[in-house]
Amino acid sequence: MAEPIKNRYDFEIIFDVENGNPNGDPDAGNMPRIDQETGLGLVTDVCLKRKIRNYVEAAKEDAPGYRIYVKDHVPLERNNREAYKYLGVDEKKIKEVKKKDADIDRKIRDFMCENFYDIRAFGAVMTTFVNAKLNCGQVRGPVQLDFARSVEPILAQEIGISRVTVSSEKEQEEGKHMMLGHKFIVPYGLYIAHGYISANLARKVTGFSEEDLALLWQAVINMFENDHSATRGSMAVRKLIVFKHESELGNAPAYQLFERIKVEKKDPEKPARAYSDYTVTVDDTDLPAGVTCIQMI
Amino acid sequence: MGYGVRVDVRGDFALFTRPEMKAERVSYDLITPSAARGVLEAIFWHPGLRWIIDEIRVLNPIKFTTVRRNEVGAKAKARVMWQAMVNGDRPPYIATPKDIMQRASLLLTDVHYVITAHFEMTSQAAASDNPGKFSEMFRRRLAKGQNYHQPYLGCREFPAQLCPCEEDVSLPIPEELRGEKDLGFMLYDMDYSDAAHIRPQFFRAVLRDGVLDLRGVEVFK
Repeated sequence: MAEPIKNRYDFEIIFDVENGNPNGDPDAGNMPRIDQETGLGLVTDVCLKRKIRNYVEAAKEDAPGYRIYVKDHVPLERNNREAYKYLGVDEKKIKEVKKKDADIDRKIRDFMCENFYDIRAFGAVMTTFVNAKLNCGQVRGPVQLDFARSVEPILAQEIGISRVTVSSEKEQEEGKHMMLGHKFIVPYGLYIAHGYISANLARKVTGFSEEDLALLWQAVINMFENDHSATRGSMAVRKLIVFKHESELGNAPAYQLFERIKVEKKDPEKPARAYSDYTVTVDDTDLPAGVTCIQMI
Repeated sequence: MGYGVRVDVRGDFALFTRPEMKAERVSYDLITPSAARGVLEAIFWHPGLRWIIDEIRVLNPIKFTTVRRNEVGAKAKARVMWQAMVNGDRPPYIATPKDIMQRASLLLTDVHYVITAHFEMTSQAAASDNPGKFSEMFRRRLAKGQNYHQPYLGCREFPAQLCPCEEDVSLPIPEELRGEKDLGFMLYDMDYSDAAHIRPQFFRAVLRDGVLDLRGVEVFK
């Protein structure tokens, strides 16, 4: 397995939606999520993680070490025999290990981390053989995401649509030929999400490596490219700004770094309808010592 | 007590789940001592020390919001993983259509606390460790924004902003938090002294003028 990452990273993802619903709220009939107090649109952390998982699954097609644990699909066969590089010479030894081995949870944890990309990145909760070990079987991954929030209050618009099919045969017999439906769209919304990557958790827990990191950036940049659907409209990641710290512990508070990124609307009078209605500036002059700013896109 | 620390903590959202309402999570009104300990431990922790929270000051009005999310109900099973590992089976995965469930969470929004804490040395400390060293390490990391992992407010999707808090700042308390507020029983922390039986500890939380004083508080098991 490749070496774990050695630097802390904080990153900001700026993405937008045009005539689509970035993340429906199950509590509000699938309307776009809105912070009721401020009117700002929300996209949950888990929504973005799903996109990252889907991208990795599409890009790696279940290659060894890059499987995805939390899948979007129906389970396939579980007993597809396959030799694991991981086991190698040690296979016999592992067989000999008794179930009461105090270290068994750690071995299983390592096995999971080595096989599944999403566990290496985000962690997982697992039942354990030995009680009260490994903090109840919790694997904390190094990558942490927060809720994305829109820059300005969003307008959730309900669009009435008609469809030329009916739900039941009875309706067909009654002579109905079409029905009305509805969908929600946000005409335009620019959203910001923050992410944090702990090198300590990568080194001590999951072994998240430089290659994994490169794949993560690729996944973030392309997370909407493989996620087009009727509801999403057109979504795109506009900017991925990464602050790389020289040390494992980091060299500056994350929020101070994020404050260097300014998103402003060009014409405050006019409602924004395109990314070109905003300007994004990153102040990367005199960054704190040991911090470098990388604009991935 | 000479080695106390005071930290300014804020965040857009927070979720300090009440243990009695875990399926559809409901947050406590304010950060629990155990969550506050977790915030400090994200900055600096060592087996040789144990953080003890002395006081939590609430600086923003207590406000809630709800978020319902599609979540996964299943956990990875150690036994199944073990089989995959030994037999070389393809490892299993969680398929969301089968294991998905929608769960609501009642979150706190726009929180701001000042946490006062100190630490005690434990028997795990090496001979070369001393409180001064640990205290300096913590202060240095806090001032530089260094952390072991990004601290968070209850759940990892709610990151916390931390900065040092000057000792003698008199902080304004929101009007609605003036007077005495009984918040009922609240989780104090988990008792890890017996690893096989980790038990929760509770205390009676009373907020006086926005301050939760935990010094000498009576803890129930």
